[in-house]
Amino acid sequence: MDKTQNNKAWFLVLPVLVLVAFSAVLPLMTVVNYSVQDTFGNNEFFWAGLDWFDEMLHSDRMWDALGKQALFSAIILAIEVPLGIFVALNMPKRGFWASFCLVVMALPLLIPFNVVGTIWQIFGRVDIGLLGHTLAALGIDYNYTSDALDAWATLIVMDVWHWTSLVALLAYAGLQSIPEAYYQAAKIDQASRWAVFRYIELPKMQGVLLIAVLLRFMDSFMIYTEPFVVTGGGPGNATTFLSIDLVKMAIGQFDLGPAAAFSLMYFLVILLISWVFYTVMTNLDKAEGK
Amino acid sequence: MAWMAWTLPTAAFFGTIAALLVIFTVLAIKYPETPRLGVLRFETTRGDRLFITLLGSGFINLIWLATMGAPLWGALALCLAYAFAVFRWV
Repeated sequence: MDKTQNNKAWFLVLPVLVLVAFSAVLPLMTVVNYSVQDTFGNNEFFWAGLDWFDEMLHSDRMWDALGKQALFSAIILAIEVPLGIFVALNMPKRGFWASFCLVVMALPLLIPFNVVGTIWQIFGRVDIGLLGHTLAALGIDYNYTSDALDAWATLIVMDVWHWTSLVALLAYAGLQSIPEAYYQAAKIDQASRWAVFRYIELPKMQGVLLIAVLLRFMDSFMIYTEPFVVTGGGPGNATTFLSIDLVKMAIGQFDLGPAAAFSLMYFLVILLISWVFYTVMTNLDKAEGK
Repeated sequence: MAWMAWTLPTAAFFGTIAALLVIFTVLAIKYPETPRLGVLRFETTRGDRLFITLLGSGFINLIWLATMGAPLWGALALCLAYAFAVFRWV
């Protein structure tokens, strides 16, 4: 099906454009300006040229943070996407329990980031937290404040708890849009459960899953609040993800220039990945329309 | 605008991008085009090709700075060649 193309519709997004200009474009331009200057406060700036970019490109600290960030995103995507699909496949299709499941699934999504962080910060504590205390009682040496692996595990489980619902709900919406006739045809052909999933459900979910992966990638790649509340970036620097490190650098040390320079590189990486996703998605749309 | 800490080079940088956007908008209105299939095997319009050029140029400049260091004149030449290739074949 051909979509109607009418460029006059762009005028309707004008208010949003103005809003985005104030909340995103102007600050971004300011970051570009900061990235080529040095300041000691007082709104006085000194020209630094490409020095900050050069310094950041050779900074082990920032590459390390970027690596941790990429690893975190890869791990949570590898868990949340299959788990979300699995949950969606097992959710009731209609009736009271379908609505019940939808509401329960949506609950974690409604909780603000810092509250999620606080919940898990207390939940994981060995002295008063249910999780930490239970693990300790089982004889497992768990302490997210002193052990890097425990801290990572806590953050990953927390993110999975918080966001798998999103993937599940999107996948569920994709599944609901499959006409019953497809399943009947599969039954006539005596297709196995796996074949139904592989050749009917998965292709039909492709579009929504791409959106789910894109949303989860972008959110996890710029995660800040939850790890900041739970571990504060520790123990040591074990969970100091990129945005935490950038805030430390920009506001903690007042090194606006280097932080701005690395932010721009961070921005370019996100822009590239988002563009790839966008291109794949729009081409899928076109391929389906033909 | 003092809080934005403008400098002449960054103003020129944004001015160039703004000028490119205006030029491409005018081109799109005056000479409407149909998307074409290039070497990347997906349809692109002039606007898409401009975006690919700008995004790629960002990375070219960073890689040049990381490997060869400043100044970036060589990177600029490379970006122009890259832009030509994108507009010709993508």
